[in-house]
Amino acid sequence: MPYKRYVLICSCEGCKAKGCNEVYESINKELIAQGLKEEVQVVRSNCFGFCSEGPVIKILPDETFYVRVNPEKAKDIVKSHLSEGKILSKYVYDNSSSKKNIKLKEYDHYQKQFRIVLRNCGVINPEDINEYIARDGYSALEKALFELKPEEIIEELKISGLRGRGGAGYPTWKKWQLTKDVNSDIKYVVCNADEGDPGAYMDRSTIEGDPHSIIEAMAICGYTVGASYGYIYIRAEYPLAIKRLEIAIKQARELGLLGKNILGSGFDFNIEIRLGAGAYVCGEETALIASIEGNRGMPKPRPPFPSTKGLWGKPTVINNVETWANVPVILTRGGKWFASIGMDTSRGTKVFALTGKVNNSGLVEVPMGTTLREIVFDIGGGIKGGKRFKAIQSGGPSGGVIPEEYLDTPIGYENLQKLGAIMGSGGLIVMDEDDCMVDISKFYLQFAVDESCGKCSPCRIGGKQLLDMLDRISKGTGKIEEMESIKRICFAMQKASLCGLGQNTPNPVLSTLKYFEEEYIEHIKDKKCKAGKCRELVTFTIDPAKCIGCGLCAIKCPVNCISGEKQKPYTIDQSKCIKCGTCYEVCKFGAVIRK
Amino acid sequence: MAKLSRDGLKKLREELKKKEEKAKQDGKTIRILVGMGTCGIAAGAEEAMKSFKEHIEKMGLENIVLESTGCMGACSVEPTVEVQVPGMPAILYSKVNPDTARKILEKHVAQKILLNETIQDKPAIDIIKEGV
Repeated sequence: MPYKRYVLICSCEGCKAKGCNEVYESINKELIAQGLKEEVQVVRSNCFGFCSEGPVIKILPDETFYVRVNPEKAKDIVKSHLSEGKILSKYVYDNSSSKKNIKLKEYDHYQKQFRIVLRNCGVINPEDINEYIARDGYSALEKALFELKPEEIIEELKISGLRGRGGAGYPTWKKWQLTKDVNSDIKYVVCNADEGDPGAYMDRSTIEGDPHSIIEAMAICGYTVGASYGYIYIRAEYPLAIKRLEIAIKQARELGLLGKNILGSGFDFNIEIRLGAGAYVCGEETALIASIEGNRGMPKPRPPFPSTKGLWGKPTVINNVETWANVPVILTRGGKWFASIGMDTSRGTKVFALTGKVNNSGLVEVPMGTTLREIVFDIGGGIKGGKRFKAIQSGGPSGGVIPEEYLDTPIGYENLQKLGAIMGSGGLIVMDEDDCMVDISKFYLQFAVDESCGKCSPCRIGGKQLLDMLDRISKGTGKIEEMESIKRICFAMQKASLCGLGQNTPNPVLSTLKYFEEEYIEHIKDKKCKAGKCRELVTFTIDPAKCIGCGLCAIKCPVNCISGEKQKPYTIDQSKCIKCGTCYEVCKFGAVIRK
Repeated sequence: MAKLSRDGLKKLREELKKKEEKAKQDGKTIRILVGMGTCGIAAGAEEAMKSFKEHIEKMGLENIVLESTGCMGACSVEPTVEVQVPGMPAILYSKVNPDTARKILEKHVAQKILLNETIQDKPAIDIIKEGV
């Protein structure tokens, strides 16, 4: 006989420190006392994320989520919930303080995530079209073809408030409308799957988990704007996503969901995959179009915008993977439903790739309006190793950092822009006290310089000059006067660069300067890097009072510059030290000082 | 496969849903979903899959549908596997290596007992199934 109920008790380090072991024992004891041992199984589980609310327990199958449980509360829960089936609502997590604005009926759940884009990821077999169809797949296309006029589809998108998820946040309905309004014999639909931000993998996962949602959305768009051909531009580094797309396209063709006379409606639509070689600039729409055409991937001045003059000079709708994945749901549930999720000018959800110094890294989809703090601490489970949060980077090489004082900002396009970051495609990198802001901005700048196509001089020359200056600062040879030059070059690049890559390259520099200028000054004036990342500015010494002379650092030192006698304090030969930091990491007694 | 008409698609969807419902009703069919996105595979999902296959055969277990699926989002604890046994809540297991895979079959599937120290909370409700 299976158990009637299950108690999952979070046993991560955070909850252990708050006494989850005592709760575990208390529950077990009370279960025996109540004679419920055969009916309820108590299981230790992984981190739930809500470490600040720990210890937390979840009761299955009813999914009740209790927080801040102590042995006394645990006893009550056993007596009331597990024995009599009465939920103790006073101990249940209260989600009402969250600023996100979900007004869906019956949606009152402790979980911070809400999955629209990822609705099928991890649920269906992506290589079997039947599983997609069984979960209402292709019903939006069917509805579009037989029940809706193109204008009505655009109206639905307008009501939904869906905006581009690839970076700039342009209203999707407007893009479609512009292309629809142009008179042209041939039009195109393009999916931008050229995901290139360091640390971002939302689009790859979406395609790998639910390729048909993209195909369905593109066909709907084709019908709406009057296009019968679509391209999916995806980087060759995503072999599994490509394979699953190929399978999906083949299956859709076999069932007549792509090809001629789809479902007998008279509408024709086909999709072809185009592989990109991985140049970052090809994520920019005009460069992407050039690349599909077989030319070198370089941007063109806009206007004309692709909506009116795009692929092979024809009107073209380009949307990003995540934007596409939202479309079928908007049509089946209605734009109003979609607009009820999120806040003011940002509606629906956003998928983020949460990485860096956070305990539970992963792919998260949250309603717009969720705060960064909820993402980092409630979903991400806080900072690794109990260190202090310093900043979060949003938007990759085009974005910026957000410091702790703005963690309670509800996520939305305008809100993030005001802070000097951008929503971007959705990479979120968490940084702690060990991250140096000069080093971070150097990293992103190096990336942008490597990826600059070289067509316009502000980006080509400006990026390189900025990088040189940052490099000098990180080595302690920067001059304070150069701070002004840095700002001047940044503004020039923002104003004069041809495409988004060049215009946004200065963002990481400007945002770190905005919030952490003192760190730059420290590097220049005091020649110090507090985080210990800029090698040239760091010295390692051994504190004789703390060193017990175990010799571990000397064994591990790759250049043998540490010497000493066993059981006496060791010393580091500064002339040979390469500042790799190995001694600092291996010392168990905190005797190595990093300054 | 023949090309579908509008009604054909509707019929197909209904049949598929009915089949699913029937499988749920008979209370026999067990589903095991292995997260096989690039990240899951890199973390060892293929080895877990192999182990499931081997042990299902060895233990002579029947009525098990073993499938691969996309990424479930829990990158820090891949590979992840969802186990759906009739009469029990759907459970998501994390860091499933070949050994854990065997234990899932022995304990969860055969004895209906959950495994300790490896269950991961599901990240969100299913908007399609729950109709939210």
